[in-house]
Amino acid sequence: MNLEWRDVCRSYGDKKAVDNFSLEVSEGELMVLIGPSGCGKTTSLKMINRLVQPDSGNVYVDGRDVGEVPVTELRRHIGYVIQQVGLFPHMNVGENVAAVPRLLKWDEERIDARVKELLQLVGLPFEEFADAWPARLSGGEAQRVGVARALAADPPVLLMDEPFGAVDPLTREDLQREFLRIQSTLGKTVVFVTHDLDEAIRLGDRIAVMNEGRLAAAAVPEELLLDADPFIRDFTGEDRILRRLARLRVSGAVGKTAGAESPGSSEPRGPAVSVSSEASLKEALSLMLESGITSLEAVSPAGRRIGTLTMDKLLQNASGYRMT
Amino acid sequence: MKSRIRLIFETVFLAVLFIPELLDPMLRFLFPGAGEWVFPRSSLISLTAVHLLISLSAGAAAGIIGVLLGIAVTRPAGREFLPLVRDLLSLAQTVPPAAVLALAVPFLGFGFKPVFLALVLYSILPVLNNTLTGLETLPEPVLEAAGGMGMSPFQVLMKVELPLALPIIGTGIRISVVINVGTAVIAALAGAGGLGSPIVAGLIRNNPAWVFQGAMASALLALILNALLEEAEHRLGSRGAELLSGNQQG
Repeated sequence: MNLEWRDVCRSYGDKKAVDNFSLEVSEGELMVLIGPSGCGKTTSLKMINRLVQPDSGNVYVDGRDVGEVPVTELRRHIGYVIQQVGLFPHMNVGENVAAVPRLLKWDEERIDARVKELLQLVGLPFEEFADAWPARLSGGEAQRVGVARALAADPPVLLMDEPFGAVDPLTREDLQREFLRIQSTLGKTVVFVTHDLDEAIRLGDRIAVMNEGRLAAAAVPEELLLDADPFIRDFTGEDRILRRLARLRVSGAVGKTAGAESPGSSEPRGPAVSVSSEASLKEALSLMLESGITSLEAVSPAGRRIGTLTMDKLLQNASGYRMT
Repeated sequence: MKSRIRLIFETVFLAVLFIPELLDPMLRFLFPGAGEWVFPRSSLISLTAVHLLISLSAGAAAGIIGVLLGIAVTRPAGREFLPLVRDLLSLAQTVPPAAVLALAVPFLGFGFKPVFLALVLYSILPVLNNTLTGLETLPEPVLEAAGGMGMSPFQVLMKVELPLALPIIGTGIRISVVINVGTAVIAALAGAGGLGSPIVAGLIRNNPAWVFQGAMASALLALILNALLEEAEHRLGSRGAELLSGNQQG
């Protein structure tokens, strides 16, 4: 299901929280909204499930203006995950996950099966967790339940407002990895708000950067990290090229220029150091710097040599090469 | 466990007061100069029953009104009345129930009605205050999640707000009932009977034995009801309180 904000504005007092914001999210896309605090990202997110009404402009879900859909009906088909989770403390984990199916009046058998399936999906064994009280859960477990609850009625759209912001860095990486795995099987249309650039780059199919209520840029991560706009440049940081290299695989860099390779130009000097073709270009660069060499043998996971990664190719990829 | 033993002791003591054959020698021993000992007009047990009926009915009415008012003024439509309602009820509590009784008798006549009014007015405040506290201190993310998943405002109230606020509301109702048992002594002034009768008669006739049996019985009744309601509250609330306190960190 695709989403669209069309020329939406929203002011609080004199302050324009969202200022003429337009953006489309296509079906199955994971769109990250990012920006400095107060940039309007959460306000924009909440317009989709009508927790915030725009002063002007419209929001569309699957081509339908959300203002014309009954609000409870709309929300029951949009999963919503917030930073503080907000599990119901008087219901156990199973009942929390069953909340939306109950609202939709599913029969008990179907609800039970669904709860079991979802706890499995988010990595919480049903036998151990279904009867647990939310107060007993760790931050990471609570947010897994939060995600399971949001997915319970299989909504086509998922809204996530800094969902992994309140847990420690290790747990956060766990949750991000798990969420990517879940998203790769479910393919929901996701809007994900964060202020953490690394998280945005790791998760986003596309990243929309907001500033002072406006859309500053929307692009796939690799392109965003090359954007010349001064605000984006500043926002993405001094080491943004390294972040970009971290997104690119050795196999891509070697493969792309393999045909154009001129004989003799990229022969390795000295003893060959090999790098996995699955490694990132950032790791490859680090390996070059550590070994004091300018070329690496790229080796596939099966152990087959697939080409040579030279510093030239790396530089080419770092700055010029575009996706698509 | 201690409170259980105390409850048994209080109940036994009250039962002893109900048996004239036991009460009479006790009073003769405590108040040898009283002249008359066991209150003759009505048995202590029937006075207690009337007393209980008056205070529980007023407590129930105050409970219902307090909870409904508390819900009404915490909804978006009623929120502007919140300060007004709170002030009015604080004011009602500063007026002594005896004064309300005196003012109400000319309009409502003698008997149960003016007593009921005075007690209800006096005991709404604890219920209302606790209902407001219970509903206003719910964790914001829980309410946001409830609304965000598509519960209607009524469903949020019934499935989330009230269950979570119930332990605190229960405390308010208990306080209100206990206040009523103590205050219902004024019923005798309007001729509605109850344990105030021996007290008032004893004060007029200067008979401390009558005052003693009325005062003792109403005090024990208040203690017993308090203990019973506390027990009920505990069963209801221990889970809720524990769950809420644990959730704040999440």
